[in-house]
Amino acid sequence: MALIKLLGVLIVIVGFALKLDSILIVISAAIVTALVGGLGVTGLLETLGTTFVANRSMAIFILIMLVTGTLERNGLRNAAAALIGKVKNASPGKIIGAYGIMRAVFAAFNASFGGVAGFVRPVIMPMMEGSIESRGLKINEDYMDNLKGMASGMENIAWFFCQVLFVGGAGGLLVQSTLEPLGYHVELIDLAKAEIPVAIFAVIVGIVYYYIRDKKLAKKYYGEDIAKIAVEEEK
Amino acid sequence: MSFFTSADVTTGQKLLEIIYIVIGLITLYTGIKNATDKENPNRVGTAVFWCTLGVVLAFGRWIPPMVDGALIIIMTIPAILHKVGVGKTANPTEEYSKSVFDKIGMKIFLPALSIGICAVGFAIFLPQLGAMVGIGAGIIISIILLIVFNPDNKPAVFLTDSERLLSQVGPLSMLPMLLASLGAIFTAAGVGDVIAGLVGKVIPQGNVNVGIIVFAIAMALFTVIMGNGFAAITVITVGIGAPFVLAYGADPVIIGMVALTCGYCGTLSTPMAANFNIVPVAMLEMKDKFGVIKNQLVPAALLLAFQIAYMIIAK
Repeated sequence: MALIKLLGVLIVIVGFALKLDSILIVISAAIVTALVGGLGVTGLLETLGTTFVANRSMAIFILIMLVTGTLERNGLRNAAAALIGKVKNASPGKIIGAYGIMRAVFAAFNASFGGVAGFVRPVIMPMMEGSIESRGLKINEDYMDNLKGMASGMENIAWFFCQVLFVGGAGGLLVQSTLEPLGYHVELIDLAKAEIPVAIFAVIVGIVYYYIRDKKLAKKYYGEDIAKIAVEEEK
Repeated sequence: MSFFTSADVTTGQKLLEIIYIVIGLITLYTGIKNATDKENPNRVGTAVFWCTLGVVLAFGRWIPPMVDGALIIIMTIPAILHKVGVGKTANPTEEYSKSVFDKIGMKIFLPALSIGICAVGFAIFLPQLGAMVGIGAGIIISIILLIVFNPDNKPAVFLTDSERLLSQVGPLSMLPMLLASLGAIFTAAGVGDVIAGLVGKVIPQGNVNVGIIVFAIAMALFTVIMGNGFAAITVITVGIGAPFVLAYGADPVIIGMVALTCGYCGTLSTPMAANFNIVPVAMLEMKDKFGVIKNQLVPAALLLAFQIAYMIIAK
């Protein structure tokens, strides 16, 4: 009955899908797998202890926290807001793109400005609203809803695919420690290098897609108005 | 102590061990602070969690593996019972941050970037020390710059701020480390061989390109189901990545790493990843519950296709 060894995998998949407590899922899966896989209690504790200690590099985020909070206290978020504020007279699509570039560059250095709650809502949203109003247009709720979705999307895409460029980030460390017991030793810097083309492609896709989508939506919701303004701007 | 005076241990390893001791001490401080914090509703549970973790992080190397394992199990108990809480926190006020920014200005980016620059710099120019020690050096530079920029930044400020953040992220911050251990237990118990046997009945063995496509799509799909790319990578690498792709000589660096970001395409497409896709809907007061996901589906599909092609070409 080799299939019984998959019980732990089943626990992980079903447990996460049912949104049970994550740590409970992982520990139950570990215990069940060790028992049905013939490791026994001793084998479980020994493997758990050895790998956890071997993977302590993944706790490097605690050391980084030594400065993260103090950076925030000393105005890092204000500086980021001032930086993106330099983008003037831009359409919402361009604001989202500019934010994408900024978020991507800083993600590669593992620096974040507070995500949706800390940055998109207090900084990016007012900028987009200001951009619509500066053209003499009223805020259309459906249009704004889509802009919020696009800004969150840009936020996620830039963070996911550029944070892997940070040497010592959780993603690379997890890949390194997953490959190690399988017999493959890899260096963190090489893992980060492998993601460079993916990161560049991700940011470009995000910027281009949201720029085109914003143009389309603006036309849909404002129709002739936006066209007229564009013509006047050119004069 | 013999570890630090031994000539058989490289300087890089010694420095790394010092970093782990510092990390462990920060964690122990978090436990002790909360144990004495009357505003924390779960003082005992919180203290047990962070103190056991701190001991394993700082001194795990010198503790027998079985005891380390037992300590990890003890650590998870208050976490599972939801008895790890947050005590008194001194968040910086908006006014204070603004006033400091008016003084320091854009220079504040320097200490923020120094960590990443040192990590890369050490990895390339001082490989015998490595990226982790580079991060440690970057932190020291960052702390020095912050103290120079603003004399308010006393050592206690850094410690209080790190305790605040660590308490706020809580036990879930240990999930990647626990998942990595779970992956090792899967491997030790032979789970990978069983999955490989099953998948082998469906997809042809020996064709690396087919293996890559299956690996990438499985990563995305399982992340959609589980809502967590980190959980998916441990299971799928052991079950599909290793036996169907890496065993045939494909580059573990490219395949192992890009598989994770294939999983992220799943993260972009699933309400299971509530933190990224559902919480923003509430925070931005959007009408459409799936308003974020709908705006991410096209980029996610393009990125998955690009990454599959990239893995096939660069393998």
